[in-house]
This record gives sequence, structure tokens and C-alpha cells, in this order.
Amino acid sequence: MVELTIFALGILLIDLMIPRGWKWVNAVGAFVGVLFAALCTWQIQSTLPPGGSLGFYNSLLVDRFAVYFWYLFLGGAAISILMSVHYLDVEDEHHGEYYALLLLSVVGMMCMAAGIDIVLLFIGLELMAISTYVLVGFLRRDRRSNEAALKYLLLGAFSSGIFAYGLSLWYGLSGGTNLAVIRRAISALNPHNPVVVIALLTTMVGLLFKIAAVPFHQWAPDAYEGAPTCITGFMSVAVKAAAWALLLRILVFGLWPLRSIYTPIIVIVSIATMTGANFAALTQTNTKRLLAYSSIAHVGYMLLAFVAMGTSLPGSPGFNDGFKGILVYLLVYTFMNLGAFAVITSLRQRNVIGDELDDMAGLYQRAPVEAVLMLLFLLSLAGIPPAAGFLGKYYIFLSLIESGHYALASLGVLYSLFGLYYYLKIANSMLMRAPMETERLPVSLGMRCAVGVTALATIVIGVYPEPFIRGVNWSLNIAQSPHVAALIK
Amino acid sequence: MQSHILSIILFTPLVGAFVLLFLPKENKDAIRWTANIFALAGFLISLPLVPMFWAQRFLPGFKFLEGTPNNWIPSIGAGYNLGIDGISFLLIMLTTLLGWISILSSWTAIEIRVKEYYVWFLVLQTGMLGVFMALDFFLFFVFWEAMLVPMYLLIGIWGGPRKLYAAIKFFLYTLLGSVLMLLGILFLYFHHHAVTGIFTFSIPELYKTAPMIPFQTAIWLFVAFFIGFAIKVPMFPFHTWLPDAHVEAPTAGSVILAGVLLKMGTYGFVRFSLPFFPAVVSHPKVQGWVIFLSLVGIIYGALVSLMQKDMKKLVAYSSVSHLGFCTLGIFVLNSAGVTGSVLQQINHGISTGALFLIVGILYERRHTREIVEYGGISNVMPLYATITMIMFLSSMGLPLLNGFVGEFTILQGAFTANWRWAAWAAPGVVLAAAYLLWLYQRVFFGTVTNPKNEKLHDLTPREILTFAPLIIMALWIGLYPKPFFQILEQPVNQLVQTIHNNSYTNANAPVSAQVAPAPAPPVPVAVAAKASN
Repeated sequence: MVELTIFALGILLIDLMIPRGWKWVNAVGAFVGVLFAALCTWQIQSTLPPGGSLGFYNSLLVDRFAVYFWYLFLGGAAISILMSVHYLDVEDEHHGEYYALLLLSVVGMMCMAAGIDIVLLFIGLELMAISTYVLVGFLRRDRRSNEAALKYLLLGAFSSGIFAYGLSLWYGLSGGTNLAVIRRAISALNPHNPVVVIALLTTMVGLLFKIAAVPFHQWAPDAYEGAPTCITGFMSVAVKAAAWALLLRILVFGLWPLRSIYTPIIVIVSIATMTGANFAALTQTNTKRLLAYSSIAHVGYMLLAFVAMGTSLPGSPGFNDGFKGILVYLLVYTFMNLGAFAVITSLRQRNVIGDELDDMAGLYQRAPVEAVLMLLFLLSLAGIPPAAGFLGKYYIFLSLIESGHYALASLGVLYSLFGLYYYLKIANSMLMRAPMETERLPVSLGMRCAVGVTALATIVIGVYPEPFIRGVNWSLNIAQSPHVAALIK
Repeated sequence: MQSHILSIILFTPLVGAFVLLFLPKENKDAIRWTANIFALAGFLISLPLVPMFWAQRFLPGFKFLEGTPNNWIPSIGAGYNLGIDGISFLLIMLTTLLGWISILSSWTAIEIRVKEYYVWFLVLQTGMLGVFMALDFFLFFVFWEAMLVPMYLLIGIWGGPRKLYAAIKFFLYTLLGSVLMLLGILFLYFHHHAVTGIFTFSIPELYKTAPMIPFQTAIWLFVAFFIGFAIKVPMFPFHTWLPDAHVEAPTAGSVILAGVLLKMGTYGFVRFSLPFFPAVVSHPKVQGWVIFLSLVGIIYGALVSLMQKDMKKLVAYSSVSHLGFCTLGIFVLNSAGVTGSVLQQINHGISTGALFLIVGILYERRHTREIVEYGGISNVMPLYATITMIMFLSSMGLPLLNGFVGEFTILQGAFTANWRWAAWAAPGVVLAAAYLLWLYQRVFFGTVTNPKNEKLHDLTPREILTFAPLIIMALWIGLYPKPFFQILEQPVNQLVQTIHNNSYTNANAPVSAQVAPAPAPPVPVAVAAKASN
């Protein structure tokens, strides 16, 4: 974490010194920074005691759960950097700040995944959020980008305010800022105490806003559409994974005694999310907007897994598989969604924006490899085996069956049909329509790497998921004991 | 000793697809030759399976087992586990044969994006074979869904004018069925864990625990599986995707769709629905409803066929009618019915596959399938007319040809169970004769009415080659079906025995109150074979 901060500041300094046209050095610097951070994480991982180690005056708990998420963030950031080089070139907005902000937002995410103190969690959240606000508006000459950034900033700041209010109430109720202290305090309180309920509701509003669940999702389509496509990809995976890490930390680690109150709310929110997002996505003609709604729909599925967790005892199959479901889903989602955005990014050229459905028409004739890989990503998003997306769906529906939520499971699978329909709309226009122009699409090296890596991961996780499932089991301490020891102790 | 013949058969087409990727796109002939060689190789490699299987046809259980349960993803209990019995053996042979024939038949029909066409076709072939071979539910589901993708592309890229609509409709309909089935699979998996403490997707293991599910739960599971398979078959109210998909698909796609894909639904009934939920399927109400839908399908499909102006649509609806016979045979739940049904599935693959080829040949020459455009074709294409006649007769169930054997055995099974079922199904045979002979009369007899048809050339040697194996098989099954009955005897008797032991009346009625009529005793298959000779 500290390493990343140094790299981010370093890039800011170096950026002043290098001439225009050499700006790719910044990208290389950022990439090396991410790799270095991954290396450090790996070192931490190998010396990690099973229960995790505390740091920063007990505000930071580096446990396996945190390490798992750190890898996810770093992976997402690395692929986004690969995508960015070409895109920023085209937009003529190659500034060092971009990479510095990207790295800083990853630092914020790491705090969110590892923090167990609400102050640190909030600082991490804001560090990430403010960096992303700027990144969304990074195309200063583009009106849509500016509009998106402003909307995102206003709504985001508002939700952060509500969230902070909720956190302050927890402090008032428990007299401490550490999640463990809060947890101990509220298990002694009456859960129907109005202050507890208000604190819970305000906290949840903040969390649900960050993961973009209906009805707090309005910012997402606009921000996703207006942002530079590589940032859209980054937001849809890393930022979302961070928000999920925060949600799991607070709701499972801290507020677990209140699960009988928040689970029903989550049920309603997940149904609303799947319904709203899937119906809205059906009519979209802009691929970025379409994928924005689809990513909201995916949040709905993950919330289903959370429902399964909230209604079963820790250590029971329903709880374990629900938890695994969320982590596996975030993992596969990182690759397949970034892959899809990488293909869209490669369509961006000087005179073509490349994010309308019509721009995809006949992509097969212009860039066959990209088109076929896009098909792979779309099928994976739709949850068709043997692509990786199926594994995420598998765990989510399994956990629902195990915890007895047959109706919710049926609803979930029916909505996955909607998903298939709008993904096929993209596939149809790519593979089956005649191209608008026949010129072959030049694809840069960084782009190729990004698409290749994500495609490879999507296939490998789908065909041989064993090591990845083991990784998830490891991060939840399931291999050692049947209970999720690290989180529920 | 583990033999790897199933894996070899399974992956030969996939290797072919992989090789094709490295050929230059422009060299169409090289691509065609390579694809055909691999398709033929896929068929030839499956031939040694015939004597090997024949030697152990009466042994119980699955044969040629490969892999162990849980060797693929131990964390969730999924394994790369293959194995076949008589039922899947016949369907695998049908798949390799039809796969080769359809690839051969595409030689001149496909002119654009040739390379991808063959790549997807070979991938499809592997997917279909995998469905029939998998002994692990996870593996089965992967093949079952993965196979949809190439079929979707075959319809969507090389299809007719409404291809986009048909492709999406096909994909969505079948996915609707399979996601419900997925929930059913997950429930069985979880139930197995609850009973034994082991998480596994192994189908033979699940066979042991699934019948223990209480009736009230099992009925919901049955419905989830039933919708999945019924859409695939397709049974009567779920059939609307079929005409669209068939009409828009390229000829070879239709052959595979009718010949193999539809059989996955009936295979699913035989392999999963019956042994997993014996109490549910033998419940008089459930059985009655399913048979009612089958009978409606038989009559409705035939009547709609009668009214079609488009030849391909006619054949498509005739599939609905024929598959009605297959589901009828399965759900009368005696050995004659099930044996006849499996045999009829093979017959349908042969005859209807040939019918689609026949329509495709005219379409390739004239680019229309409207019946009124033709007339007197037997004058210009005599050989074609003869082959068509043979296949029409086979499809309508004339004695000495394959269709008769299957339909007769099914009707015999239905008659033993309840004579009214047989009585309602029989008009389907008559109507089949009506729509096929009427079609033949309009297209082939008389003088050439349309001047455009005067110059049509007769079959090329390649086209004759595509029909030859089908005609041989039709005659073989028609004249000497005994080997086929023998292959089916063991698995079918075991299946009927399972249902009998766990049937609704046996499981639920108190021992003293045996007033309810006992289920019909299984009809010895040898009798059925003799009767059909």
C-alpha cells in the first residue's frame, strides 16, 4: 500500500520532467508499481498467520479476505492500465495524473478491504471515490465526461454524507470506532432500538449506493457512459469489488448481530435490482450503457448470494457457498467485464466514438479475433458454461438452494434469460450484421495484452476452476475449518 | 483396464476445429477437405465401438467407463466421467453418422465464411457427443449449454431471411429450459449431500439417492427437468421455437437439429426424469398429462404439416408429430414403449435427417421451398425422386422400413398400458402418410409445370453419398431390427425395473391395500422384436 502511494507520487513528479510523446513512460511506471505491489502482497501472504495480523493501532486487519481482494484490485488496475495507453493517446489526454489517480484509488480500495476501523474505512472510501470522480471527468474537452463526473460527484458526496452519519451513530452507540467494539456493543443492544435501525439504514444506503443497487443506481449508467471507457471498465470491476469488500466487512464482520433486520431489506433490494436493471438494459442501444445496466443486474445476483448468507448459520453450506459465490463472482466478473470493455475501448478511434451498438456492426469482418473474444465475454456474462461466468452463477444458485430460497433462485435464473437476450443483441450486431465500413481495425499492443489476458482468464477459470476455488476457500479459511473463521469470530 | 475410445470419439471433431483455425481463410477447398476428413474420421473412429459394445451388450450398468467421479473439480465434486449404455450407444452412433453426412452435404451450400462454419460445426459435434457420454451432471450441463452456442451461430450467420429472430428465439427458449434444469440439478446435488454427506455430481451416485426425495418435493423437481427436456424435444405447448429455427437454419443445421438436438430432450427423459423420479412419473395424473401432451403433439403436428406451403416447415412440424410418438413411448413406462421410443428416435434421426437433405437439395438448385413452385420433378430428377420416395415411406412408417418398427413397438407398448392411448396415437400414422404422399404428389408427379424446373440436374455423386448410409440404415432397421432390440434390452429392462420398484403405487400404497391395478408387467422385448418382423 505504501509502495503504491510512493509510485503514485513518483509518477506525478516524473510527469513534470518528461516531454510530450513520451507519456507512455507514466503507464510503464504505474504498471511496474502495480506489479511491485502485487509482489509485496504475495510476500505478506506467505507470512500471514491464519487469523490475519493487525496494524496501524488495530485499525487495519490484513487477513486472507483482505489479501484476496488486494489481488483483485491490483489485477483490475493492471488490465485497466494496459487499456488506457491507447485510449488516452486517441483522446489526446495523456497526463501523468491519470495513472497517479488510478494508483491512489487502489490504495483507497486496499484500505476498504483491510480496514476494521470505521474511520479508516471511510478514509479509504473517500480516497477511492474522489480519485474516481476525477478520472470520470478526465476528458475535459468532452461534455459527456464532464456531465458524468459532476453527477457522480454530487450523488456520491451526498451518499458519503449519509454513510458518515450512519457511522457516527455507531460510534455514539458503542463508544468505539473499531468494528469489533461496535459488534460487541450492538449484540447487547435491543436490535429494534430506533437509533440502531436508523444507523443501520443510513449505513446501508451508503453501501448500496456504492455497489449501485436499485434504487441507488441512478448515477451508474451516466457515469459509465460518460467516463473514458478504460475507466468505465475499472469502475465496473475494481471499484465495485472494493464496495463489496466494504459491504462484507461492515455487514458481516461488524453488524452480523443485526442480520435478521437487514436481510429482508437486501431481499427487496436484490429483487428490485435484478428487475430494474434487466428491464432497463433491454432497450439500450449504447453498449457502455447496456453494460452499465448489466453490471447493476450482476449486483442483484450477488445480493442474492448475500441473502443466502444472511439466512443461514455461519459454517453451514448455504453460508459458505453464498460467501464463496460473492468472491468467485467478483473474480470472474473482473476478467469478463474488463474484457468486454477492452474490446469496446479498442473500437475508439479518432473519429468514431465506438460505443453505439451500430459501431459494433460487422466487427467480425474488421477485427475477427476481438469479435470472437467479445462473444466469449458476453456468453460468460450471461453465465453460459464453459466460460467462467457460469461458476459465479453456479455458486449463487447453489447457495440459494442450500438455504431453501427456491423462489428467489427461480427468479434469478429467469432474469438471467433477460441477460442473455441483451448480450445476444451485441453478439448479433457483431457477428451477423454487415459492417458499416470495411477497413480493418488497428489494435495496439497494450490492447491486445488486455484482451488476451482477460480472455485467457475467462476460459481457464471456466474450464479448470479448481485452483481458483481453492484460492477462494483459502481466503475464507474454509480449508482449515468448516467455519468462516477469519470473519466470524 | 480403462479404454479411452469415448474420449477419442468425443474430441476428434474438436481437434478438427482446432486444425481448421490454422488454415488460411481464402483457401476454401482446403478447409472443406479438412473438415470432411475430420468428420469422416469422427465417424470411422466410432465404428470400432460397435463390435466392442456388441460383445458386452447384456452386461448391466454403464460400459467403457472413463475417469473417476470428482477428478475434475474436487472442490465441488465434479468429475470428467464418461460412460455409455445401449441407449446412449445408439444415439452416439447416430450423431457421428449424421455429423459426417451434414458436413458432407454442406460442400456447395455454404459459400460465405466457410472456415468459421466448419469450425462451429465441429465444435457442435463435440458438444452433442459429450451430452450423450457424460456420467457427471456438471459435465453434462456444460456440454448441454455449450452446444447451444455453435447452433445459435449456425442459424444466425448462415440462416435464412429471419435468421436473427430465429437464432435468438432458439437460444432463449432452450436456455429457459436448461436454467430451470440447473436448479433441479443443484437440488439433487444438495440432497445427495444431505443424505450421504458427500458432495458429488456423479450420475450413478445420484441415481441412488434421488428416488428418496419425498413426493411433494420430487414433483417440483420433475417439473423443472420436464420443462427443460420438453422444450428441447419439443413437446406440444413448447414447440414454437422449432419451426422458426428449422426454416431459417441452413440445411445441415436442420439435419443436426432434427436428427440429434431434439433427441437430447428424449434422452434426458430416459436418462434422468424416469430413474430420478420414478414415483412421480408413475403417478397416474402426471403420466396422464404427459401422455395427453404427447398425443396432442402427434395429432396437432400432423394436422399442421398438412397445411404447410413451405416444404421445410412441413418437415419441421412432422418432427413435432414424430417426437410425440417418442415421448408417448417413454411415458407408457413399459419396456416395449421405451424400447420403441429409443428406436424411433434413431429412426427419426435417419428419416427426418434425410427429409431435410432432400428439401435442401431442391433449395440449393432453385432457392425456394414453396411447394407450388414445383411439380413433375420426377421427370427431370428420377434418381432423386426414387430416393425421396424411399425416405418418405420410411418416415411414414411403412412395413419393411425403419419407421414401422419403431412406431409399431411404441403403439404396442401403449396398447398394453392403456388401449385408448394407442387408439389416439394411431391416426398420427395415417396423417403422416397423408401429408407426405400429398407433398410427393404435388412436387414430383405430373408434368413439369414451372419452366424454371426443366433444367434441374439430378443428384451428384457427393449427394448420393450423403443418402446412401441413411438408406442402408433405414432398410437394415426395417428388415432386421433384432440387434437393435438386443442392444436396448438390458438398459431398458433395468429402467423399467427401477420404476416398477419405486413406482407411486408401490411406494405409497399400504401393503395390504393392493386393490389398485398392478403396473403392466414388462413385455419381453423378444416378443416385440418378433411381432415387428
